[in-house]
Amino acid sequence: MTTYLIKNAKPYGEDAVDLLLADGVITAVGTDLSADGAQVVEAAGLIALPGLVDLHTHLREPGREDAETVETGSRAAALGGFTAVHAMANTDPVADTAGVVEQVWRLGQEAGLVDVVPVGAVTVGLRGERLAELGAMADSAARVRVFSDDGHCVADPALMRRALEYVKALDGVVAQHAEEPRLTVGAQMNEGDRSARLGLVGWPAAAEEAVIARDVLLARHVGARLHVCHVSTAGSVEILRWAKSRGVQVTAEVTPHHLLLTDECAETYDPVFKVNPPLRTDADVRALRAGLADGTIDAVATDHAPHAVEDKESEWASARPGMLGLEQALSIVVQTMVEPGLLDWRGVADRMSVRPAAIGRLADRGPDSHGRPLAVGEPANLLLLDPTHRATVDPAALASRSRNSPYAGRELPGRVVATFLRGTATVMDGKAQK
Amino acid sequence: MKRHLLEAADLDRADATLVLDTAGQIESALAGREVKKLPTLRGRTVVNLFYEDSTRTRISFELAAKRLSADVINFSAKGSSVSKGESLKDTALTLEAMGSDAIVIRHQASGAPHRLARWVKGSVVNAGDGTHEHPTQALLDAYTIRQRLGRLDGVRVAIVGDVLHSRVARSNVWLLTTLGAEVTLVAPPTLLPVGVGSWPVAVSYDLDAVLPKVDVVMMLRVQAERMNASFFPSAREYSRRYGLDGRRMAVLPDDAIVMHPGPMNRGMEIAAEVADSARSTIVDQVGNGVSVRMAVLYLLLGGAPEGTT
Repeated sequence: MTTYLIKNAKPYGEDAVDLLLADGVITAVGTDLSADGAQVVEAAGLIALPGLVDLHTHLREPGREDAETVETGSRAAALGGFTAVHAMANTDPVADTAGVVEQVWRLGQEAGLVDVVPVGAVTVGLRGERLAELGAMADSAARVRVFSDDGHCVADPALMRRALEYVKALDGVVAQHAEEPRLTVGAQMNEGDRSARLGLVGWPAAAEEAVIARDVLLARHVGARLHVCHVSTAGSVEILRWAKSRGVQVTAEVTPHHLLLTDECAETYDPVFKVNPPLRTDADVRALRAGLADGTIDAVATDHAPHAVEDKESEWASARPGMLGLEQALSIVVQTMVEPGLLDWRGVADRMSVRPAAIGRLADRGPDSHGRPLAVGEPANLLLLDPTHRATVDPAALASRSRNSPYAGRELPGRVVATFLRGTATVMDGKAQK
Repeated sequence: MKRHLLEAADLDRADATLVLDTAGQIESALAGREVKKLPTLRGRTVVNLFYEDSTRTRISFELAAKRLSADVINFSAKGSSVSKGESLKDTALTLEAMGSDAIVIRHQASGAPHRLARWVKGSVVNAGDGTHEHPTQALLDAYTIRQRLGRLDGVRVAIVGDVLHSRVARSNVWLLTTLGAEVTLVAPPTLLPVGVGSWPVAVSYDLDAVLPKVDVVMMLRVQAERMNASFFPSAREYSRRYGLDGRRMAVLPDDAIVMHPGPMNRGMEIAAEVADSARSTIVDQVGNGVSVRMAVLYLLLGGAPEGTT
């Protein structure tokens, strides 16, 4: 196994040091390190961060390998600086059994670019009727700890209560896609001034907020952990802030696109901007950034959602919702949070690595842990970022099998120069190593 | 004029006035002629691409194109390659490869004409997209108002009914306000979009309070499927509160007119005695529709007058 000596990187943007990576572990941190036979990585000016952890990725395999596979999605993730991604359960077949989650987990191991951590469905077939065998998935080789019907809300309050209670025994968490389905029948975009004018059916903020309010009350009542997926509204942030102040065990994530884009994007009717929950208003974007800055929102999660060309090159209403995110996530956070001074690099590490790893229970898995500090003895999961580099996003150049990037043609800051997974370079000089 | 007519919101006052004036010129040019046809678009091909059934609008566009001597292809989605799963983009590229110069599109999805305009080189005319816009309907409505009242500036217009789902209402809001009219939307709150407050209009829930103060009442069709979705309790209650009957027509100012884009639900949003009254412009609207659509096709395809691009 190659030993890497990273010279003059700035961990968390702080003083430059050398890091020695050997046998999958950070074996030394200091100035003027040297090591015989080590491959030297010149990292002057680069920022070292712990490998990013995504709580919310759609890898599409099994079922839609034309849109993404575990391998292509893993490559996109590594290029984005990730060392672990949670693969959502809405595959075909649905990841609602130990068999499917083990298949996804094994495909991730074979790809070897990031740790693919399967999410298990809460209910059989995502149908919201009865619980899937959550324990079997937790006990499987995939060690599932996050359960979600993402794409669908666990709308039945009694079933949600049971799910929250049941996963306590598994040290698990239910990740809720908060969307009251009766309020979003046929919904296409945020309900407001722009939907009124564009004649697209509105998706009211209240449909998200009502479910979050209900679920934090349920989580408090039964003393369970709740995680809220892709929070998109200012009202949701307020409810989460209230719940946390009352000691409810709730965590939440926000996507890069909800930190940057607004419903103004829908004015072109280009479905590359169609996503669920929809892009919201400027005021929502401001509230989400503030919530992420003060920790009300715990994590940035991509909701990376690849779609085949024919599922996006259509009328808005018939296009599938979702957008790519893995390769640009860190750049968006740099632009929306770091450059305006809302988060420092420690904050970025916290929201994109430490906290998501803790939510997914990945922080205490020995040599397989993620979200650990950049320190001697820790697993060598890290990335090197050039924060000054700026480039225009070209969808054709993405590693994802799909091209539905909402950032096409946008100039974004930051380039992931290298990513290491347990001491192995998955990305070097900005290129995937396999 | 721009290359496409996608929405009334795109039209500035000069463009909109140009369409209305051109329609008037076309009407005068044809008046009294035995052969009601102009040679302007000879050799050009107009495709009517209709994803929704709409015999009236399709016939109106077909007549407009034929009176300008264009070749007309009617492409109905039913029973075509579309019913076999062909995408809008593939259909459009196929039609263009066959030599269409303009595509007139009616589609159930809001924004479909905008997508189409990105994929084809020819002109696109929106003949109604989902609940978004129906710009030629608004143009013919404006033309009819101007014809009957002699002006649009300062004309007080009430648009009554299912504004939420109405592309006619949206197009009229933008076009009529651009042309200087004062628009009031009248509907139960359930049939107004959240966000209507950002439109340049007044809003009222009370038809009786509005009627004495308007020059034009435009009644919108209420679709049968709304009745089972709790937008209002019953057809009878809707009709009592928002229907235009003889009693309500009597409180209108003397020269006020009553409009309806059709097809009407007689006895629901409009009583027969109103629809058939001297105030009604419903038949005029249909006739004016052909002239206005001729003007639109002429301006998009026939070469606009100097200085307008």
